[in-house]
Amino acid sequence: MANQEILIEAKALVKRYGDFTAVNGIDFQVRKGESFGFLGPNGAGKSTTMRIIAATLTRTSGDISILGKDPEKFGPEIKAHLGVVPQTDNLDNALTVEENLYIYGRYFGLSKKFIKPKIEELLDFAQLVEKRDVKVEALSGGMKRRLTIARALVSEPEILMLDEPTTGLDPQARHILWDRLFRLKEQGVTLLITTHYMDEAEQLCDRLMVMDKGSIMAEDSPAGLIKSYSTKEVLEVRFGSDRNAVVAPQLKEMCERIEVLPDRILLYAEDGESLLHELGQKGLHPLTSLVRRSSLEDVFLRLTGRTLID
Amino acid sequence: MIVDNAVAIAQSRRGHFAEGSYSGRAHVLLERSLMAFRNSAWLAVLSGFFEPVLYLFSFGYGLGHLIGKIPLQNGHIVSYAAYIAPGLLATSAMNGAIYDSTWNVFWKIKFDRIYQSMLQTSLGSVDVALGEISWALLRGFAYAVGFMCVVVPAGLITNWWAVMAIPSAVLIAFGFASVGMAITSCFSTFQQMDLINIAMLPMFLFSGSFYPLTVYPGYLQGFLKALPLWQAISLVRDFTLGMVSWGILWHVLYFVVMISIGVTFTAKRLTKLFLR
Repeated sequence: MANQEILIEAKALVKRYGDFTAVNGIDFQVRKGESFGFLGPNGAGKSTTMRIIAATLTRTSGDISILGKDPEKFGPEIKAHLGVVPQTDNLDNALTVEENLYIYGRYFGLSKKFIKPKIEELLDFAQLVEKRDVKVEALSGGMKRRLTIARALVSEPEILMLDEPTTGLDPQARHILWDRLFRLKEQGVTLLITTHYMDEAEQLCDRLMVMDKGSIMAEDSPAGLIKSYSTKEVLEVRFGSDRNAVVAPQLKEMCERIEVLPDRILLYAEDGESLLHELGQKGLHPLTSLVRRSSLEDVFLRLTGRTLID
Repeated sequence: MIVDNAVAIAQSRRGHFAEGSYSGRAHVLLERSLMAFRNSAWLAVLSGFFEPVLYLFSFGYGLGHLIGKIPLQNGHIVSYAAYIAPGLLATSAMNGAIYDSTWNVFWKIKFDRIYQSMLQTSLGSVDVALGEISWALLRGFAYAVGFMCVVVPAGLITNWWAVMAIPSAVLIAFGFASVGMAITSCFSTFQQMDLINIAMLPMFLFSGSFYPLTVYPGYLQGFLKALPLWQAISLVRDFTLGMVSWGILWHVLYFVVMISIGVTFTAKRLTKLFLR
């Protein structure tokens, strides 16, 4: 991946709305065939960055190039390179599933002859063959998302951009969607994903940029981030809301790092079980305890002092 | 040769007129409107045809019975129905265009986010503005033809100049649609949208559809003549009643200016709304 061609490159990218800085001087590169994720809570500047890349938002300062082109100079050309799946579905409710795919291809200037067979392929990909003549309004949330993704693929884009692809979907619909995105990744489509779900980021992304308040906190593979910013395991303990704060100083000395959350305490250690055993020996008996592997949530907590989803 | 590659198509626009905001594909918006029309919008469009016809029968024949004949400036005498028919035609062209370009557009901007989806493709804001306005224009054309199919057999049209009422209706629809869409693109609440209705009704009642403006004092006449509906009615009436003179060109010019301002402003607003 490292020696692949660079498709997107941002340098000191800034976006301000009046006094508010949404994106605060970020640098990043996305290479061909990569699946690149922006991970961060709401308001981190992920969607703003995505819109600047998609040439639907102008930047305040800094540089950005997509396939060597400046989006402010070559907007329509860049949009022709991209497939966009926005955060909120913007399908055409007056049209059927099939018509949505067709007209979207027409917006790019593609011919009927080109689009017709493409529709068959995409309906199959999105598992919407039986729904082809149904009006979009009647589709479930998961189907709408799949259609939005299929629609973005009509123009055979080099880069597919997905802004919070599974927000608002039930677990089953999310897994179907992940499966579809994974297939695209296997086909070599470059994916750009924003998410505030760590499981999504771990599943889909080769490389992640952790963002908070418009800045980049860290950048690496999901496994690399966990390795650099967290321990192998985490012991979660609850002593009851009053006692959590009381026992915290004592716990602090027993492990690498500790995070006191309102409802529980996270203890970072290489071996969670043995730490729990040690706690018992010192007469500390939590009401509940859980040993788990470190996740991106822990990385985020370490980097920002906050949880991803408030 | 047909190039079926989105990037190559976009690249071919380099150096063309309004590169970046116009891709030369406003017609695909018409294609979309036609599909949406087939699916459901046809009922709303059909109702727009009956509106002037109902007015014509109620006012033209009902009220016309009491009013009798109307003497024109050129010395001709016409029935009251023939006098108000052009006003109703111009009004229906206006109403169709306004409905399409205000409430429909408002809905598309605010709830369906259709323009957002269009502008994330290689279409430009000028394509969207022109395409949407052109649909209103087609509607104006259909209403004019439909209305003619009623008034000609009814004997309300007696000269060949009346054919020109059809392109006039298209021009009128174009003018109202471009300004309607421009205004709508600035509105964000239902309350603001109601202002449009508040402005439309008095304009319809007082712009000379049912009687000449000469009943008003001079200053009021001047004000009403500056309104687009009076310009529209005069344009159509001059043709249907055969009162043709070079003066008609002023009405045409009025609409050409209205269209240019409306389209330019709409494209600018769409850019501001969706491509900041």
